Formats: sequence, C-alpha cells, structure tokens
Amino acid sequence: MALVEKEKLLQQDKTDRPVLEAENLGIVFGGLHAVEDVHFSLRREQIMGLIGPNGAGKTTVFNLLTGVYTPTTGQIKLEGQSILGKKTYQITKLGIARTFQNIRLFKDMSVLDNVRVAMNQKMEYSALAGILGLPSYWREEAAIEEKAMELLSVFHLENNAGDRAKNLPYGQQRKLEIARALAADPKVLLLDEPAAGMNPTETAELMETIKLIRDRFHVAVLLIEHDMSFVMGICEHLVVLDYGRIIASGSPEEVRTNPKVIAAYLGGE
Amino acid sequence: MTNQKKTGLIPKSKLLSYAVNAALLLITYVLFFVLIANGTINRYTSGIMTTMFINIILTVSLNLVSGFLGQLVLGHAGFMSVGAYTAALFTLYSGLPITIAFPIGIVLAGVVAAVFGVIIGVPALRLRGDYLAIITLGFGEIIRVIILACDFTGGAKGLRGIPTILPQGSDATSLSLAKYSYVFWLAVLTVVIIWAFVRSRHGRAVIAIREDEIAAEASGVHTTYYKLFAFVMAAFFAGVAGSLYAHHIGVLDPSKFNFDYSVEILLMAVLGGLGSITGSIIAAVALTILPEFLRGFEDYRMLIYAVILIIVMLFKPSGLMGQHEFSLSGILARLSSKKSGALKKGKGE
Ligand SMILES: Nc1ncnc2c1ncn2[C@@H]1O[C@H](COP(=O)(O)OP(=O)(O)OP(=O)(O)O)[C@@H](O)[C@H]1O
Ligand SMILES: [Mg+2]
Repeated sequence: MALVEKEKLLQQDKTDRPVLEAENLGIVFGGLHAVEDVHFSLRREQIMGLIGPNGAGKTTVFNLLTGVYTPTTGQIKLEGQSILGKKTYQITKLGIARTFQNIRLFKDMSVLDNVRVAMNQKMEYSALAGILGLPSYWREEAAIEEKAMELLSVFHLENNAGDRAKNLPYGQQRKLEIARALAADPKVLLLDEPAAGMNPTETAELMETIKLIRDRFHVAVLLIEHDMSFVMGICEHLVVLDYGRIIASGSPEEVRTNPKVIAAYLGGE
Repeated sequence: MTNQKKTGLIPKSKLLSYAVNAALLLITYVLFFVLIANGTINRYTSGIMTTMFINIILTVSLNLVSGFLGQLVLGHAGFMSVGAYTAALFTLYSGLPITIAFPIGIVLAGVVAAVFGVIIGVPALRLRGDYLAIITLGFGEIIRVIILACDFTGGAKGLRGIPTILPQGSDATSLSLAKYSYVFWLAVLTVVIIWAFVRSRHGRAVIAIREDEIAAEASGVHTTYYKLFAFVMAAFFAGVAGSLYAHHIGVLDPSKFNFDYSVEILLMAVLGGLGSITGSIIAAVALTILPEFLRGFEDYRMLIYAVILIIVMLFKPSGLMGQHEFSLSGILARLSSKKSGALKKGKGE
C-alpha cells in the first residue's frame, strides 16, 4: 500500500473513530438503578455535555468510566479497547483523566506539585535513582518541572506555582484541578461541573479555556454542567440523563427543544 | 543552567548546600568522637546518645508512614523487635567474627522486618481507611507473644549474651566509639534516604495519597503500591533500629517492645510534626534526653508525655515543625531565591 494512502487512512481514523464508547452501561446500588442502559460515543476532540437534573446519575457515569465503580452491565471502550475491570490509576494511564464535582486537590502540596503528581506515571526513574540522586533523577525532574510550569501558564497559574493549593481562590482551584487532569496527558478529559461556583466572567473565561485545551492538547472533553448557557455555548453534542436513563441526545438545539427534556427539568425543579 | 538540566547534573546551588550539610555532619561526628575518646563524654552519656540516634531512626521512619503517607501505625516497636531478634540471633549463632556478623545482622534485621512489613501491609493497605492502625497494633502484640512463647528467642527470660560489636577484649572506650560511629552514620543514612525519597517523584505520590487518596488514584498514582512501599521502607528502618538496640543493650527483653513503646515513638513523630523530618529529629533528641532529667519520676513519665502532648496539641496542633523542614541550606537558598525567582518569571513569559 502506498504510504500516502496509509497516512490518509490514519488521518481519517483519527477524526472518525470514537475515542471513548459506552454501551448499555448500567449500575445498581442496592436496588436503585443509578445508571441504566447509557450509551454514547465520543469522537476525538469533541466536546460533549452530560446534563440532567440533580441525582440523575451523571457523576455516577464518570465514576463508571474511571473505574471507581464496576458497572453491573455494559461495556466501555477507550480507542476500541475495553477498559472494563481496570483500576482507576490504570485507566488514567490509558488516557481518561477527570476532575471532581467537589474539588479534590492535594491541598497541602504546592500548586506545582499538584501537577507533578499527575505526571508521575509518565516518569521513569526508579526509587533508587531518586534516593541516590542519579542523573536520571535530575534530568527527569528538570524536564517535568518545565512541562508543569508550561501547563500552569496555560491556566495563568505560573506565578502561584509555589503556593499551597488550598490557599488559591476558588476559581483558581477549579483551574488547577483541570491542569492536574491534563498533566496526566489524557485522550479524554472528564469535567464534573467545572463552572460550579464561578461568576459569569469566570465562566465565560472557562469556556474559552476549555476550547483552547481541546485544540492545544487534542483531547476530547466530556463535561457535566448545570449552567445551560455554558453547556449550550460550548458543547457540540449533548446527552441528557434523567433517573439514570438517557432521555435525549443530540445537538444543543435539538435537545433544548425536546419536550422530554423540558418536562424533566420542569418536573425536576 | 539549562545545560546542566539537560545533562542531568546536580545544579550548582544544590551542590553547595549538600556540601555544607556534609561538612557540618562530619564536623559534628568528629567533635563527639573526640569528646567520647578523651572521656569528656562518659560511658553513661554516650549510651544515651546511642539511644538517641536509635530513636531518630525509629521516629523518622515512622514519620514516613504516619506523616508523609498519613497512615497511623501503632506497632512500630513490633518491627523493631523483629529486627532486634533477627540481628541478635544472627550474631549469636552465625559463627562469623562479630565485626563481620554485625553489619550483616543489621541488613538482615532490616530485610526480615521489611518482609513482615509486606505480610502485614498487603492485606491492610489494599483497603482504604485506617485499617493499618488496628492491624499494626495487633501485629505488635502478637509478635511479642510469639517471642515470649518461643524457645530460641529466650522467651520471657529474654535473649542474653548478645555479643558486643567489637571482638572480646576490646576496651570500653573503643566500644563506645564503635557504637557511636554505627548509630551516628546509620541515623544519617536513614534520614538522607527518607528525605531523598520524599522529595522524589515517588515521595510526591506518597504525599498525594495522604492529601487525597481518591484524587491520587485518579491522577494515575498506583496507591496500593506506594502505600506498601512507604510502609515496608519504614518497617525496614525500624528493623535496623532494632538491630542496633539489641547490640547496644546486649539483652533483649520482649516486654520492652510493647504498645507503650510504639506509642512513645508515635508521640515523638507527632510532637516533631507529622510530615517534618527535621521535626522528628528534634523531637527524638528532646524526648530521649528529657527522661534523664526526670530520673526519680519514672512512674510519671507517660503522664508527663501526655501533658506535653496536650500542650502541643493546644498551642501547635501540627507539632513543633508542622510540615516544614529546618535546614541551613534552606536558609541559604532563601537568600539566593531572588535570583532564581527572577529567572523563573523570565521563563514563564
Ligand atoms: N456509592 C453509591 N451508593 C449508593 N447510591 C449512590 C452511590 N453513588 C450515587 N448513588 C445514587 O445514585 C444517584 C445518582 O447520583 P449522582 O451523584 O450520579 O447524580 P448526579 O447526576 O451527579 O447529581 P448532581 O447533579 O446532584 O451531582 C443518586 O440517587 C445517588 O444517591
Ligand atoms: Mg454529580
């Protein structure tokens, strides 16, 4: 086969093949079907929203995707490979990183260290090399510091690198959590209510940042958010959950006008 | 500077502070060596110094688990006893000359204690939560009962006749000097190893687990592995401390390694500041020397400790040093930080 053709195929592959697929995903908590028959497929560099009323099962979907819970039914594939039964840290290594609804930073560590922890899995020097201060230690540490600072500067956090994470204002903590997730070098980024608690200016800025991240780091983004203008403004595709089931999915425009969705939100509130 | 980074050489600024610390250590070592050699420090006092260095090893290693990893351990004395008996039995029965048997015994003590660390740690650390406290507590008690029940450990009578670390016939001053040299450098080695571990990528992973285990796991940290690593490393050094203790005292009494002793070590780590190595050193030194001033109040020792603990918890709940470290090189670094700060800013833009 000609090289050019091969490259073309690869190129096609890159854009068309879904990076993350969920099929018939379900989990039962003591009789409660928290998630049932959830399915979606996320393309490369796509920004998808997962929305729904409180308690719909959105965070649970994230927990299933990241191996925090093992699904009762269904299949999850990352780049065509099943990740079912893998541990959370393994899934992160394979390429799914996340943030948490309630910020979970390493509070007493520096901003820089928060990011460096997530880069640990890409580093190679052994514990012995670290203890003995072998060249590999100094080389990798220097490289990782540079990379971490670069990443922090994307979020305008470079001047806070030495601060303890807990001393950052709320909005910056949210940003740091995204930076930390990106530090794991993921293919898919899961954001659980990234705009929660942000003011309108911060929210608008966050929208730009997420788009920028997608373009710059070539990640697909799946995000949970209650702020509708945020969701409508940034997502290319939406999946709506209610009582653990998908009640609608499609473009923001389609979803917005879907009577089921309207009913769910009105009924939910 | 960038060139240095690429080649993996130690940055010059670091090299300077390492050199300063090494020089200070050497001076301290020589100073006390001379003081012991010429009799200014008598045998009794040098004995206390030996205990002090052993306590530093115990406290710093415990701090790795309880301070940096954030898991409570209530059986550190148990690992110490494993090391103590291992080394003592080895030097007693190996038939090797003591000058060879002792260093081998030290390593063996650490390794056997580490093996016990794996056996205890694997089931305890796979679970999230404070199971380690309970399981190490149980381990400390069980190991003591086993030692009491066995014949080869000397049972309740204790293990006697553990050889001194120099060949028979050596004079008391040489023995004091040999002990001092061993405990001094092994304490230094322990501190340096644990300090270097903590500031490496592996140490960061361990600290991240303390901060938030769920987030650490989600950041790609193999939490079970790192928890076990830190715990086993601590057990290793507790074993080393045990081997030194056995050959310092010469007699092993299983009741020495009881729950109270585990708590005492924990107390030192807490008082110094969980997560501060220098804090651990300071607390270990202070709490080894303090009882010497309290002779005659032996019965009230634990009470006095409790009062100190309460006072510290009231006024400085994070311990003497919190999570901070004291270092001369740190002060040096702070003096020159303006330069590097400017550099970093330049790089960011
Ligand atoms: N570990 C668990 N055990 C039992 N029930 C659970 C567990 N985790 C979640 N649930 C239940 O599953 C349902 C879905 O919860 P989930 O947190 O996924 O909702 P959500 O859509 O993220 O809601 P919100 O918008 O409030 O964050 C809820 O009823 C919740 O109580
Ligand atoms: Mg949620």
